[in-house]
Amino acid sequence: MQLTVWTYEGPPHVGAMRVATAMEGVHYVLHAPQGDTYADLLFTMIERRDRRPPVTYTTFQARDLGGDTAELFKTAARDAYRRFKPEAMIVGASCTAELIQDDPGGLARALHLPIPVIPLDLPSYQRKENWGASETFYQLARALAGASAPAPGTARPERAEGVKPSCNLLGPTALGFRHRDDVREVTALLAALGIEVKVVAPLGARPKDLARLGEADFNVVLYPETGLQAAEWLKRTFRQPLVKTSPIGVIGVRAFIEEAALIAGVDPGPTLKALAARSPWYSRSVDSTYLTGKRVFIFGDATHVVAAAQVARDELGFTVAGMGTYSREFARDVRVAAATHNIEALITEDYLEVEAEIAKLNPDLVLGTQMERHIAKRLRLPCAVISAPVHVQDFPARYSPQMGFEGANVIFDSWVHPLMMGLEEHLLSMFREDFEFSAAAAPSHLGAHSGNEPAASGIDAAKTEETHSSQASAAAPAVWAIDAEKELGKIPFFVRGRARRNAERFAADRGIATITMETLYDAKSHYSR
Amino acid sequence: MNAQTPLASPIATASAPAAEQNILRERGQREVFCGLTGIVWLHRKIQDAFFLVVGSRTCAHLIQSAAGVMVFAEPRFATAIIDERDLAGLADANDELDRVVAKLIERRPDIRLLFLVGSCPSEVIKLDLSRAAARLSKVFSPGLRVLNYSGSGIETTFTQGEDACLASLVPELPAEAPGAAPSLLIAGALADVVEDQFTRLFAAMSIAPVRFLPARNSQDLPPVGPNTRLLLAQPFLAETARALENRGARRISAPFPLGAEGTTAWLQAAADQFDVDEETFDAATAAGRERAGRVLERHRPSLAGKSIFFFPDSQLEAPLARFLSRELSMRIVEVGAPYLHRQHLAAELSLLPAGTMLSEGQDVDRQLDRCRAAKPDLTVCGLGLANPLEAEGLRTKWSIELLFTPIQGYEQAGDLAELFARPLDRQNRLKA
Repeated sequence: MQLTVWTYEGPPHVGAMRVATAMEGVHYVLHAPQGDTYADLLFTMIERRDRRPPVTYTTFQARDLGGDTAELFKTAARDAYRRFKPEAMIVGASCTAELIQDDPGGLARALHLPIPVIPLDLPSYQRKENWGASETFYQLARALAGASAPAPGTARPERAEGVKPSCNLLGPTALGFRHRDDVREVTALLAALGIEVKVVAPLGARPKDLARLGEADFNVVLYPETGLQAAEWLKRTFRQPLVKTSPIGVIGVRAFIEEAALIAGVDPGPTLKALAARSPWYSRSVDSTYLTGKRVFIFGDATHVVAAAQVARDELGFTVAGMGTYSREFARDVRVAAATHNIEALITEDYLEVEAEIAKLNPDLVLGTQMERHIAKRLRLPCAVISAPVHVQDFPARYSPQMGFEGANVIFDSWVHPLMMGLEEHLLSMFREDFEFSAAAAPSHLGAHSGNEPAASGIDAAKTEETHSSQASAAAPAVWAIDAEKELGKIPFFVRGRARRNAERFAADRGIATITMETLYDAKSHYSR
Repeated sequence: MNAQTPLASPIATASAPAAEQNILRERGQREVFCGLTGIVWLHRKIQDAFFLVVGSRTCAHLIQSAAGVMVFAEPRFATAIIDERDLAGLADANDELDRVVAKLIERRPDIRLLFLVGSCPSEVIKLDLSRAAARLSKVFSPGLRVLNYSGSGIETTFTQGEDACLASLVPELPAEAPGAAPSLLIAGALADVVEDQFTRLFAAMSIAPVRFLPARNSQDLPPVGPNTRLLLAQPFLAETARALENRGARRISAPFPLGAEGTTAWLQAAADQFDVDEETFDAATAAGRERAGRVLERHRPSLAGKSIFFFPDSQLEAPLARFLSRELSMRIVEVGAPYLHRQHLAAELSLLPAGTMLSEGQDVDRQLDRCRAAKPDLTVCGLGLANPLEAEGLRTKWSIELLFTPIQGYEQAGDLAELFARPLDRQNRLKA
């Protein structure tokens, strides 16, 4: 058993839902107890989908357990077929149904539905959401495209004269971080190269589209977490090469263009010349000089973390102080990337470990998931979101890819913005002795109200309460002398938290009971790098 | 039917047979939360309690999804996720649970009451949490009490999780002193602000002592015995009421305190038990009634005559439908409830318009068909259905908000009406 407050990933059947919901004409019949329908709201609320996910749950209850849950499953599958008339069906069990050992695959086969019915075996007590999505997509691709597979060992026929090179985009799903816009951006990149996108899958694909996955010349794996397994099967079966380079960041996009062009046999030159991002110039403009060497901590899924680390170091001039992932399946990639930054990767699913690491490293910027956003908030550090899991605000209405050149622009803005805010605040606090910016006035455009603490909601109040109590239980901290406290107030707010912690740590280490102005500056020199 | 019965004595009408109502019983896919969700508000209420779900990653994910931003505030709930090794043999699972609890208590020494909350997986593998609770209680006594209940989807629907939790507390309640004066026990978690308002109202009527279950602190549990009069503040407390009645408490039948009328009738039912004279009752409630009446009057124009459809969710549906039909003149199309407790809802059902369509249980696709056919002006449903129905052109009010927002009592009657008025107001404002 594992004590868990927050999970980076849901159970594997949620991954299967992400694939089913991404597609058209597929229905998922899930053997699951009452209550598992909660997962619907991830799609209808977080991603704001305008339709219910195409999932029928058997919703068995205790009174059904003595009876025939298998019959319940059959009824649900039969009714779902009649009502939704899907072109293909996937069937499987959630964690509880896995324990009662009905066999959804066998039961569904016995119904002799006139459509492909694909059984899923998703071990809920070992695996998680991304694995579930990957496995589901692989099983669907195998079942639907497998029929048109050439005999093993057959070489791929040459592309006919005058036919455009083509590829599939694999991996985008429902509930994917920026998948919608990444697909559009990468499709445009490939179009500029003269490469046609045959099938995007699972997002937006129908079963008949999956059936023709083998037709394209090669595959582009946008998200290895969800698409690599299927792509590798396609490579074995249809001899389709894969492009695995992630087109995130300007360097990544250029490498991606060259790799795709090489496989497609086209010239990348004109595209590389014609398309560009604004971010390299922004990064060179003198305004960005203050970004130099800012220490950044990066956490998320493997793909986004590895790409972000490269962008941070080579495109923004940051120093990567720490990086890690919750995706154990791709831990190796992150370890390898971390080594190029001379750091050791943190591989964990426990956000408390991530929090401890961030607190220890005390970076200038945190790039992570929704959880790191909250950790950063608690530690008063600037933060930007680079990876799922994310909340509703990271499924934006506006166009905001992470991939391609526009993605590089989006990344520049969204990472620099929280730091830029810091500079603004700094300037404001430099004038804090002016009457408009008196020490009591919070930096705000709402002049009249700025003296008041924002009204604490119940949740915030609870949080403060918890923080206080946890502090109270620690050893008695040093007291701040009035002059030192005043001096601390003159330090820009975005480094003030660190200055306070450093001084307190310094005092604690040396058994200093009162922090004076001397202590404050002693600590500053002690910890300065 | 008794829809027009005078307000002063709703209890007199409480015997109206529910069978007279048109009740549709359905089974099929249920688009509802399981009882684990109750933890999200219960842990806020009982300030020194911790809720440890023994379940799967799905359970952790569910609570995380339901708790939203609260998860980031070091809440007092967590999940012990069962993994492969635990499934191999039960003895091992018990050791594992002890280890997890020890680790938890070490991290949170401020916890005085620990609930081991059963889930579907823990029940299917027949992990005996009541024995585990007894064992752990002994280990951590006297600083920590360990109780258990089931919040699993196979046993409980949404708010029934609160019922199961409170019912597990009942054996822990101290016995009332022999010959104690009659006391009033109010069961059902209410927002602190609502609880305080009710406390003041009962004090103004000189009803004392008044106690609440759950109490805000586990060291402060209310006593119970034959002189306890039990007033339910929530309609979903079947097991809790039964357990309290088994310990001698006598339930006061009343409608639930939603809206001005509901609140008055609820208070009146208690007042009658404690022989509060009419003058005192009026003096205590007049200001609140007047304020609630005034603010409801403001919302009536936007809601009167509008039709409303309830999908099953919390068991609050029938009292809400009563409030909306009688105090705001809405038209009730269908009142869906996961479970209709005939006795506890007797006073409510008798106040619903004659022939109101009630449904118990759910077959969600069929219910959606009925809803689409009826084209109600407003549909009360869960978050999984709300946006899809909006996209189909129906206005919706998502139901879970009705559990997290203070809605009971006079001072909240207007807020409650506004929750239903706002989606319709929004529809009128949006032109694009």
